[in-house]
Amino acid sequence: MGSGILLLTAVEMADLSLKPENKDKSFVLNAIDIDPAGLAGLMKYLREQVRKVAEKKTVWLRKAYADRDDLVENYDIIDEYIFDVLNVVRPGTAMEVAYQSNLIFEAVSENRSLKVKLLSQIDKNNANKPWYFTNTSSVPINLIESEAGLDGRVLGFHFYNPPAVQRLVELITTEKTSEEAIAFAQEYAKNLKKIIVPSNDHAGFIGNGHFMRDALHGLKEAEALAAEKDIPLYKAVYIINSVTQDYLVRPMGIFQLIDYVGIDVVQFILNVMNPFNPDEELQHDLLDKMMEQGVKGGQYSSGAQKDGFLKYKSGKIVGVWDIHKQHYVDLEQFKDECDEMMGELPKSHVVWKNIIRNKNKEELLQQFFNDLKSSDALGAVLAVKYGKRSKEIGEKLVSDKVADKIDHVNTVMLTGFYHAYGPVNNFFD
Amino acid sequence: MTAGYNTVSMGTGRREFHPKKPRPGIEHYIKEAGKGVLDQIGGPDKVDESVLGNFMAARFNKQANLPGFIPMIDEKLQWKPATSVEGACGSGGLALMYGVRSVLAETADVVLTMGVEVQNTVKAIYGADILAGAGWYQKRKQGHAYFFPGQFSDRAGAYYEKYGYDKARKGMARWFANAMENARLDETAQEHHNTLPDPYALALKMKPNGAAFVDHLTVLDCSKVSDGASGIAICSEEGLAKIGVDKKDAVEVMGWAQVIRDITNDPKDPAELEAIPRAAKQAMESAGVTIDQIGTIETHDCFSIAGILAVEGLGLAKKGEGADWVDAGNTARDGYMPMNTTGGLIGWGHPTGATGVHQAVTIWQQLTGKAGKAQINISDDRPYGMTINMGGDDVTVVAIVYKRG
Repeated sequence: MGSGILLLTAVEMADLSLKPENKDKSFVLNAIDIDPAGLAGLMKYLREQVRKVAEKKTVWLRKAYADRDDLVENYDIIDEYIFDVLNVVRPGTAMEVAYQSNLIFEAVSENRSLKVKLLSQIDKNNANKPWYFTNTSSVPINLIESEAGLDGRVLGFHFYNPPAVQRLVELITTEKTSEEAIAFAQEYAKNLKKIIVPSNDHAGFIGNGHFMRDALHGLKEAEALAAEKDIPLYKAVYIINSVTQDYLVRPMGIFQLIDYVGIDVVQFILNVMNPFNPDEELQHDLLDKMMEQGVKGGQYSSGAQKDGFLKYKSGKIVGVWDIHKQHYVDLEQFKDECDEMMGELPKSHVVWKNIIRNKNKEELLQQFFNDLKSSDALGAVLAVKYGKRSKEIGEKLVSDKVADKIDHVNTVMLTGFYHAYGPVNNFFD
Repeated sequence: MTAGYNTVSMGTGRREFHPKKPRPGIEHYIKEAGKGVLDQIGGPDKVDESVLGNFMAARFNKQANLPGFIPMIDEKLQWKPATSVEGACGSGGLALMYGVRSVLAETADVVLTMGVEVQNTVKAIYGADILAGAGWYQKRKQGHAYFFPGQFSDRAGAYYEKYGYDKARKGMARWFANAMENARLDETAQEHHNTLPDPYALALKMKPNGAAFVDHLTVLDCSKVSDGASGIAICSEEGLAKIGVDKKDAVEVMGWAQVIRDITNDPKDPAELEAIPRAAKQAMESAGVTIDQIGTIETHDCFSIAGILAVEGLGLAKKGEGADWVDAGNTARDGYMPMNTTGGLIGWGHPTGATGVHQAVTIWQQLTGKAGKAQINISDDRPYGMTINMGGDDVTVVAIVYKRG
C-alpha cells in the first residue's frame, strides 16, 4: 500500500490546500489497495502519524489557521489539521477511481508483472494520459514503460523505509521520460524535504545495488567462518553481525539489516536483479533455506521487528537461528565465547550513535580503522576485509554505470542507510 | 517558617526521566513533600491546618478538589482544615501568604504549606495551551503556539531593541550558566546531572529561531517543564515551640507584599516589569529593610529575560544595565547578590504551582545553613533573604522578606 508515501503526500496536499490561493480548490488523494486488509489500519496509522507531524509544526499551523476564530488552542488547531489531512484521502479497493486521476503513484510489491498489469490496465481506461510514479527498489523502469505501453510517462521514485523518516529518494528515469514529469518529481521531492539521488535504470539501482552485494558478502563470510573455525553457523552469524555493526560503526549489523528489510524481500530483490547481472551470482542458499524454514524477518504492522536470522526482544538481539536444529539459540549461551574469539576492540573504538553527528567524525574513524588494520584479532581482520569489499561494491556501481559518480553511491549509503561514512573511502586501504 | 522539603524536580535533565515510561502522579508528590515536612515537625498532630498551591491540576491531571488529598499524606490530617489556592505560577506564593495570614489571624499556630504541579502528563505543545491559562484567554488566539515563551520573547525583543542585542544575550547566557552551576549543587534540581562543559558559551552560541520556536528566546532561556512538590511549615512563635524547632533552624517572615496587575492589560513597556518592583519595594518597606541589607534573592526566572528585568526592577542595576550587571557575575553564587542559588526555575525546575514554596525552602536552607553543597556565605551585615514569585506575565506577584530566626 505504501502508507508512508501516502502520509507524506497527503500532508503535502493538505498544506497546499491551506494556502490562501488554494482555498477554493479541492485536493483529492485516492488511496487504493486491492486487498481490503491493507486499508484496515490505514486511517488509524494516518491519524497517529499526522498528529506527530502537526505537533512539530504548530507554529506554522497557527498561522495557517489564523482566520479560524473557532480554533484557539494548539489542541484545536492540531485536531483540525489532522481532519484536513485525512479529508484529502479517499481510501478504497476499486481500481476504477484511478481512471480519472492525473498522477498515479504505484507502490505494490516488487513484482514486475503485477506492476505492468496494474499500470497498463489503468492506462487503457484513463483518458488523461496520466503520469506514473512507481516505488520500486529493483525493477528496471524501462521494462515497465515498454511492457505497460507508458511511453515517457513513467519514472521510478524510490522512497527508503520508513518514508516518513528517511530523507533519501532515488529518482530513476528512462531515455523517454518527459522533462515535465521529471521536473514535477523533483519539485514534489523537494516539497517533501527529500534528498534526491539520480540512479541509472539498472535493476537494484544504487541502494540495493550496494546493500544486496554487501549482504551476500556477509552471508558468504558467515559460512566461510563457520567452516574455517569449525563452529556452528549461528555463532558465525553472530560474529559477522557484530563485526558489521560494532567494528564497521554501522547503525545495525548486516544480519539485523536483512531481518529489518525482510529475508523474503531480500530474496525477492536478488531474484529481480540476478538475471540482469549475468557476470555475478546474486543469490544465496542460506536465504532459500531460511525461507523454507518459514523464518522471514520483516516488521509487524506496529513497526516491531519480527524474528529472522536473529531473535529480538524489545528491539534487542537475544538469540540467533540455528538453521540445522531449527530453533533460536539464546545469545547468553555463546556470546562470551564468540566475543573472545573476535578479540578486544581497540581503545579508539567509536560507537555509531555517538559519532554520526560528531564534528571530528573523519579523524576518529580514521584512528579507529587504522588500529583495526594493525590488529590481527579475528574481529579486526574480518572488519577490514568487509570494509574493502564494501568499497569494491561501491566502485563497481560506478564502473557498471548504475551510478554516475562515487558521490551518489556515498550519499545513498549515508542518507538511505544512515551509515556514518560512505563505502567508497580510504579508511581500509 | 521551618522544616522545608523539596521533592526532586522531575523532567528532562534528570537521568531517571524518560518521557515514555510511566511516572508517579500528583498524589505521589503531595505525599512525599507533605511527609517530608511532617517528619521534621513531630508529625501530623502538630498541624492545625494545611494549604496547597497548585495551578492547573484540573487540566494536567484532570483533577480538582485538591484539599481532599491532604489527608492522604497522613490520616491524622483528616477532619482538619485544608485549602488550595491558585494564581498561576504564583500559586505557591499565594499558599505562603495564606499560611502567614492564618498564623497572624491566630486561627492556626502551624500551617502545613505546600505547592505541587505535575506537568509531564502531556507533550510540551499541549502543555503550552494549559500554561497559557496564566494569560488572558481572550488573547490566546493571537498568541504564539508556545504562548508564554511567546510573551517573554516579545519582552526580550523589546529589550534588545531598546538596549542592544549583544549585551542582552550575554546577560541572558550568564543567567543560564549561573542556573546550571547552582543546580548541579542541589540533588533535587532538575539540572543536577548537568555536565555541560561551558554553559555560558553554549547559550551565547545558540541563536533564537522563530521558525522552530519563538523569535527572541532559545530553549536555554526558558524554565523547565517539571513535576514536583515543595512544603514548609509556617508557624507562630508558639507553634515553633510546639513542634520543638529551635529558632535558629527557622526563618522569620519580616515583611511581605502581594500585588496584582490587571490581566486584561498588556504591559505598559514590555522592556520593564511593573508588579515585581512594586511587590519587592512594598515587602522591603514592610520589613523595614533596604536592598543592600538583603544577602540573597530567589526571583521568578521563568525566562532568563525575567531574571534580567527583575534585577532592574529591584534597583540593583539601572534600566538597560541589568544584562551587564548579570554578565559581570553580580548574581552568581559568589557575586554581590547571589540569586536563585539552587538553580531557580531554569536550573532547579519549575513545577509551576510549587515554585513559590520552593523559593521559600531555598531561602530557609540558605539562611539556616542547611543548603548542603549549594550553601552560600551569608554575611552578618546582610542577614535577609527575599523571594519573588510571579503568576502570569507580571500579574500575580508575592514578595516576602525573611531573616534567620
